[in-house]
Amino acid sequence: MFPPVPNPTTRPEPARFGEQDLIRRSASNVTPPAQRQTEVAKLIDVSKCIGCKACQSACIEWNDTHPPVGENVGVYDNPHDLTPDMFTLMRFTEWENPETNNLEWLIRKDGCMHCEDPGCLKACPAPGAIVQYSNGIVDFIHENCIGCGYCVKGCPFNIPRISPVTHVAYKCTLCSDRVAVGQGPACAKACPTQAIVFGTKEEMKQHAEGRITDLKSRGFDNAGLYDPQGVGGTHVMYVLHHADKPEIYAGLPNNPRISPLVDAWKGVTRYAGFAVMGVAAIAGLMHYLVSGPNRVSNDDEEQAEKLVGEERPR
Amino acid sequence: MTNSWTDIKNTDLVVIMGGNAAEAHPCGFKWVTEAKANRGAKLIVVDPRFTRSASVADFYAPIRQGTDIAFLLGVMNYCIQNDKVQWDYVKAFTNATYIVKDGFEYKDGLFTGYIEAKRDYDKSTWEYVIGDDGYAVVDDTLTNPRCVWNLLKAHVSVYVPELVERICGTPKDKFLKVAEMISEMSSPTKTMTSMYALGWTQHSKGSQNIRSMAMLQLILGNIGVRGGGMNALRGHSNIQGLTDVGLMSNLLPGYMTLPTEKEVDFDAYMSTRGFKPLRPNQMSYWQNYKKFFVSFLKSMWGAAATPENHFAYDWLPKLDVPGYDVLRAFELMNQGKMTGYVCQGFNPLLAVPNRKKLTDSLSKLKFLVTMDPLDTETSRFWENHGDFNDVETAQIQTEVIQLPSTCFAEDEGSLTNSGRWLQWHWPGGTPPGEAKTDVWIMAQIYSRLKELYRREGGAFPDPIVNLNWSYADPGDPTAEELAKEMNGRTSATLYDPTDPSKVVVEAGKLLPSFAALRDDGSTSSGCWIYSGCFNENGNNMARRDTSDPDETGAYLKWAFAWPVNRRILYNRASADLNGKAWDPSRKLIEWDGQKWAGYDVPDIAPTAKPSEVGPFIMNAEGVSRLFARGMLRDGPFPAHYEPFESPLANIVAPNVRGNPVARVFKGDFAQFAEPASEEFPYAATSYRLTEHFHYWTKHVWVNAVLQPEFFVEISEELAKEKGITKGGWVRVWSKRGSVRAKAVVTKRIKPLICDGKPVHVVGIPLHWGFMGAAKKGFGPNSLTPFVGDANIETPEFKAFLVNIEPIAGPVA
Repeated sequence: MFPPVPNPTTRPEPARFGEQDLIRRSASNVTPPAQRQTEVAKLIDVSKCIGCKACQSACIEWNDTHPPVGENVGVYDNPHDLTPDMFTLMRFTEWENPETNNLEWLIRKDGCMHCEDPGCLKACPAPGAIVQYSNGIVDFIHENCIGCGYCVKGCPFNIPRISPVTHVAYKCTLCSDRVAVGQGPACAKACPTQAIVFGTKEEMKQHAEGRITDLKSRGFDNAGLYDPQGVGGTHVMYVLHHADKPEIYAGLPNNPRISPLVDAWKGVTRYAGFAVMGVAAIAGLMHYLVSGPNRVSNDDEEQAEKLVGEERPR
Repeated sequence: MTNSWTDIKNTDLVVIMGGNAAEAHPCGFKWVTEAKANRGAKLIVVDPRFTRSASVADFYAPIRQGTDIAFLLGVMNYCIQNDKVQWDYVKAFTNATYIVKDGFEYKDGLFTGYIEAKRDYDKSTWEYVIGDDGYAVVDDTLTNPRCVWNLLKAHVSVYVPELVERICGTPKDKFLKVAEMISEMSSPTKTMTSMYALGWTQHSKGSQNIRSMAMLQLILGNIGVRGGGMNALRGHSNIQGLTDVGLMSNLLPGYMTLPTEKEVDFDAYMSTRGFKPLRPNQMSYWQNYKKFFVSFLKSMWGAAATPENHFAYDWLPKLDVPGYDVLRAFELMNQGKMTGYVCQGFNPLLAVPNRKKLTDSLSKLKFLVTMDPLDTETSRFWENHGDFNDVETAQIQTEVIQLPSTCFAEDEGSLTNSGRWLQWHWPGGTPPGEAKTDVWIMAQIYSRLKELYRREGGAFPDPIVNLNWSYADPGDPTAEELAKEMNGRTSATLYDPTDPSKVVVEAGKLLPSFAALRDDGSTSSGCWIYSGCFNENGNNMARRDTSDPDETGAYLKWAFAWPVNRRILYNRASADLNGKAWDPSRKLIEWDGQKWAGYDVPDIAPTAKPSEVGPFIMNAEGVSRLFARGMLRDGPFPAHYEPFESPLANIVAPNVRGNPVARVFKGDFAQFAEPASEEFPYAATSYRLTEHFHYWTKHVWVNAVLQPEFFVEISEELAKEKGITKGGWVRVWSKRGSVRAKAVVTKRIKPLICDGKPVHVVGIPLHWGFMGAAKKGFGPNSLTPFVGDANIETPEFKAFLVNIEPIAGPVA
């Protein structure tokens, strides 16, 4: 058994990382810490997952969200998509393997991948709304979020969701509050089969190697680790039986990368951007004071599409 | 379970058939994952549907529901034909060598002695030949044609792969692959574990489903060994405890049986419970029955139970029928013969078949008392909820009294898990509102009843007024007090019978274990198998030491397992006739020349010589039974019978409908669809989903979010044939009722070809009702037939016939 993270003490503990450990902050500069913390990662072993949704339930409980009771639309995926109240979702795919003619029921826990090179953060125009800690966790700081939705467009995995109620973007935090006090994410804690494990990124890669060897011995010749380099690697990784075809797992992108337009915007046009943003921020504040919180109109959506200009999976 | 959850990590092959462990037991399933990840174990799933368990299996084979016996007898036949038998085990540890009486035979689907009018057998020929020495006659060479092995070989020989395919719809190549994988486990150094649940019990031949696999496991030498066993996955956290303490209408605690009305006195009762050994030197542990029984009576009536009044034997109820199971209870209600019903922690309106009959029956009661932490459908059966519960409230005169009780997380006590571990728990929360523990409620009712009997007398006050009730607060006994009572204590000093100068246990002490029980009234024990759980060492159920020497998975210092903290039953069978482990890498206990010792508490007298005393100490034979004698109503061997509602007639025995000895009440037969019915052409089955726990968690918001609405599952082929769309509305109906549901159209269900014709499967999950947080829905029990297993009356929920059609959705 992968050694589970021991239960915490009942004494309050100081947070093990915070502001001083930021390596990126949206639309602003940070002074990177002299020493980077050990990178953490969550490993999701799709071949061990039984689709029980304990992770979804733990996520709802820990984050104290309140998704509505929906309806059945002919599938097991409930809710039917990620929502501002549901940060992780089991996606079920019935796939007939053309090589064996056997049915495979592929169940993938979807959610934020915590990219080393986070497209959401790069696309975000609101200073400090999205941050990245030196341990690799990408977190949303809701009080700084303006609800523009650029993070959704910047994300190669289509993860963040904007709440129509609070007008703020939400996604998996990798339980940064739990990790800060030495705990693993709630989903990993709840997972009965250790399909979800948590540790340092190196440990996770090693653990994955053992799993891949086991899968290959069972005839899954293309078993492998999903740690896509197009986004600099991720801090949530998958063990896949068919790593050569990630797209069969409910559209997991084969080669995810940030839209070149996001990079261009953050690169050459960055300083111009800052100037515009300064104005925009003041205008935004005035707008907020006069008209209340921002709403993303269809027109905004189209503009954003043009900005990042790329087809998104799902 | 013969073994434990943690032991599953030791296996080489997991067979999930008659269950869906990943879906219904996700936490325990972690040990399957461990076996796979660390031992390279393989997982086989055999099920009508490609389940969540199948999603992580190495091999999946489809099967038509209700045909498991044909499949398993087919595997047994394969093993015998291909010499994949652990011969040393079979010869030494089973009754393969025993000679069966002349006259016993199986023909045309029936065993000798069938009495059609009684739907029962005269079982007199289902016995061994007894020799002049009073012992069963055996033939160690297995050449006698009447020995169990040769009778079994002949019995299973018809179940060739082609016949299995015709009956089960399992393609021959898939069946052969499963048979081959299983047969490899006949090696003494390979083990297989069987994980099953309601997929085997909820049939009119449920007991025989399980027996078939138990027999296969014996042939493979997989009982009593690490990573082996017959592992029943219990559905409630304490359903094992329920059966252990005898909460069945015909049982007493510790698997003793309630007297029948024919057993008019103590001696008559004991005369059929002598359990004389059938072979020399055998322990036949039930010989101690009288000690268990007298100690039970002492715990019931204390000082009022004396040798003079036969320990108050007369105060026990006597059965006039085989049992008052739940089907009989509702039948009696329906006939107006049972007029009051106390329903404790039970929601029969959704849990018992033929919903309409249930509503009719509850409506005829004078009173219904429900004790439950939840607002159950049963307690609201009288409330109109549109077509989800379409009753005319004004016409129902039943007085309903709802007593809110605590849930498991709000009180203290022990829960017994599938692996027979009694695990103590402490309250994690404060009960809401007026909720009280079940113990408090029962104690309050008892004290009032006792007072009434004391004051008014009545027809038979003795058992009530004399009941032993020595708790500090008679109105609220504590969990500790009750646990100690089950463990048992002495009322006099116990001396060693072989050396009367030696004191074994002093008077007034808690018993160390049931080995100290006496039949003279000097000991009491409420449930003999639990003795040792709370003794002078303290509360052993509360132990939380996770040490596990050599990582065998035994965890002997964690909680307490009955009996006597033994983790693997029949563990003496893990060693050969010299007492050496069959598999040195999976050593459990071994004979060191003087005694048995090892990683587990030996399931044999510690000094019993391996070559003399058999491992199956509870059996009078000392060995296990491939031939069950007269112990099951429907045959000493399992035989294939179709469900009462089946898409085809019995191929093996065309004239036999259903299980020929299953009890069917008058009136219910008329409510069964004909075999191969045109009106009800589809084979339905019911099951649980991982997002919910029975009918409880629909009251919980989070679970309701994860699986919000009642649905049925059908194949793409059937959907196309009927014009049903994914997520569309359908109506499903049987001869007994009708439901409407959303349709999940899936590749995970495929039509099966049985005897040349396609059989479509309709899957019906069971978590919805008209109370709670989830969307209102129906249960499969609106559709299922009112018939149970021939031996224990578990209802046939897994195989029945329906029809289906697309409908327009309800008007919003």
